Amino acid sequence: MSEGVLYAGAGHAGRHADYLEEPKGLWSWLTTVDHKRIGLMYMWSVLFFFLVGGIFALLIRLELLTPKQTIMDAETYNRVFTLHGAIMTFLVIIPAIPAALGNFALPLLLGAKDVAFPRLNLTSLYVYWIGAAMAVATLALGGVDTGWTFYTPYSTTTGGGVTLMVLAAFVLGFSSIFTGVNFIATIHKLRAPGMGWFEMPLFCWGMYATALIQILATPVLGITLLLIVMERVLGVGIFDPQLGGDPVLFQHFFWFYSHPAVYIMILPAMAVISEVIPTFSKKTIFGYKAIAFSSVAIALLGFLVWAHHMFVAGISLFAGAIFSFLTFFIAIPSAIKVFNWIATMWRGSISLEAPMLFAISFLLIFTIGGLTGLFLAALSTDVHLHDTYFVVSHFHYVMAGSNLIAFLAGIHYWWPKMYGRMYNTKLAAISSAIIFIGFNMTFLPQFVLGSRGMPRRYFNYLPQFQDLHVASTVGSWVLAAGLFLTAAYLLASFRQPKGAPANPWGGRTLEWETASPPTAHNFEGQPVLQHGPYDYRPEPAPVGVKELAH
Amino acid sequence: MSTAIPSAHAHAEGGHAPFLQHHFREMSQQFDAAKIGMWLFLVTEVLLFGGLFVGYGIMHARHPEAFMAAHHHLDKTMGAVNTVVLLVSSFTMVLSVWAAQTSRKKLLVLFLLLTLACAGTFMVVKYFEYSHKFHEGLLPGKYYSHKGDTVPGQFLFFSFYFMMTGLHGIHVLLGMAAIAWLVWRALKGHFSSAYYAPVEVTGLYWHLVDLIWIYLFPLMYLIS
Repeated sequence: MSEGVLYAGAGHAGRHADYLEEPKGLWSWLTTVDHKRIGLMYMWSVLFFFLVGGIFALLIRLELLTPKQTIMDAETYNRVFTLHGAIMTFLVIIPAIPAALGNFALPLLLGAKDVAFPRLNLTSLYVYWIGAAMAVATLALGGVDTGWTFYTPYSTTTGGGVTLMVLAAFVLGFSSIFTGVNFIATIHKLRAPGMGWFEMPLFCWGMYATALIQILATPVLGITLLLIVMERVLGVGIFDPQLGGDPVLFQHFFWFYSHPAVYIMILPAMAVISEVIPTFSKKTIFGYKAIAFSSVAIALLGFLVWAHHMFVAGISLFAGAIFSFLTFFIAIPSAIKVFNWIATMWRGSISLEAPMLFAISFLLIFTIGGLTGLFLAALSTDVHLHDTYFVVSHFHYVMAGSNLIAFLAGIHYWWPKMYGRMYNTKLAAISSAIIFIGFNMTFLPQFVLGSRGMPRRYFNYLPQFQDLHVASTVGSWVLAAGLFLTAAYLLASFRQPKGAPANPWGGRTLEWETASPPTAHNFEGQPVLQHGPYDYRPEPAPVGVKELAH
Repeated sequence: MSTAIPSAHAHAEGGHAPFLQHHFREMSQQFDAAKIGMWLFLVTEVLLFGGLFVGYGIMHARHPEAFMAAHHHLDKTMGAVNTVVLLVSSFTMVLSVWAAQTSRKKLLVLFLLLTLACAGTFMVVKYFEYSHKFHEGLLPGKYYSHKGDTVPGQFLFFSFYFMMTGLHGIHVLLGMAAIAWLVWRALKGHFSSAYYAPVEVTGLYWHLVDLIWIYLFPLMYLIS
């Protein structure tokens, strides 16, 4: 199986232009089937909507600066937090790592030329854009005030653009499904020769587990959202108690998708961290199989815990106890991962580059988010904490903080590979610290607020809560400052020459064995795996302890 | 496919099959990927319909009398005819795949056209069923206007009847579009024992559309 046989002509003489240069022109980008270009277009789209959703977040925090009306009325406030939630969930967090970083990195990590279905990949991007346009168009219809969860019966009776927003989420679901189908087929069929399942980088296992959820859960959300549309347009009766239906049934259907969807948000984050930590610890990942299998375990267990969102929605105590137990159970694979990452860092040769700083932030923030989840999994405490700021803070730690910071870690990690340019590493280190401080300043006070009884989604509050709300709002400004700083030095890197080396971090996975940025075909010929993804042993020497000692 | 990397096909053609995409090493790899992709898509279809089946089951359990009374408005003969028509179409689809695998171009076109004819028959029968229901006011949700009901709540049954058979009908139409595309490609001589993945995966899809109807027919027409 020489290269010439595998790809006749793929490695012919002369250097290829990189994938950013050739072919040129906007049209070539809009019609590209190159996974790297599609990944970049996804990334910039996601970042744009992150800015939009972030501005809504800042407006929410500004409104909550005082106990009474500050900058907007209550109706507007409902619309702003709904748009914030819907944009951040469906347009930012879900596609962020799989569709943007996954599309860019997965084929490179596998040593493949592209994903299995390149045209389907481009289709998914267009479907995403159509869904995004529909979501934004709801503003013209007076916005949506249901919250991103679209709970019935409110969502089937309130006015505004609910139908369009629900259809937008339905359309975005297809984009997610297409990505999932593509990734599973790619991982099954396009691994480099010599790469068995357990020689894959762990990023690929994370993407595989994510894709499983995307495929198994998204269609159920799709049909649930269509049922809301049908209820609004035809009055079909399934969720309307006056017509013989059941609004709690909606919650079951909705969370059957949307709880696994939480793992669509966290598994890719874990996937990025599993790459960054060994690279900057210069040490073989600890417990490869434990991390790989815990990803799949999280994906499967994630389907059995949906009703923990409904402990106070009138489900039986017995059902509550079962779902509570299963929810505790899912903490185990998450903890396995955290311990394995820490064990990887233990006695490693750690270099605190920007991606690693973000990864360490992730470890702390994910641990807080995960442990506070246990409070909510316990029936007796959840009855008190349900629908308070404790829940808001918990899911921002796991969905927003963990996912966003891992996304940033991934962007910083693969930026030189994407563009062939380095960013200002000092500023990156500073901004990672500002983001970490800003995030905790924003959300730590909310745990306290929630435990003292501050309900979520309220526009006004009792004066005794004001101090903590002010701290949280100031925190949101610090967080925003850190993110704007990141945007500034990343954009400034385009003024640097294309001088990034092929392997700036000394990684051992396949993407570092091709040029930065790669050619359109990724590799010169077909790469054949020579060593494991985390093989940091010095050449032929056996695993020793002495050389690691200081 | 060739928009981004126009050279890839040219390279692949030298010594390779003309339909091998640039990022696959060999036809068998591309064929396997296509099959995995279609099976995964079918899983999403099962779950999409699964939501409606669960909703139907719950509403049926809560309002058994209404569902029982409402289903008598359906025409069992038409439903049975459509079941037979779809089963025959699945058989002709299997023969299409066989014809493609064995490079029998004329038979392939013939069997695909027969499949298309069966699908068309199904839609025509469905059209007559639907117009009859519209005429009698047997409509979903708030548009239900049938007179003389003794059992209340029959609109719930018709909500599910139209949502489920409607979604299934959309799938039949999409399948017909895919089969028509296969006929066009078959006429151009694209398919042979070396390359028949589109026929095979469209066949998989078509069997699922058939299978969903096999479940819909007793659920809607044969409640007892």
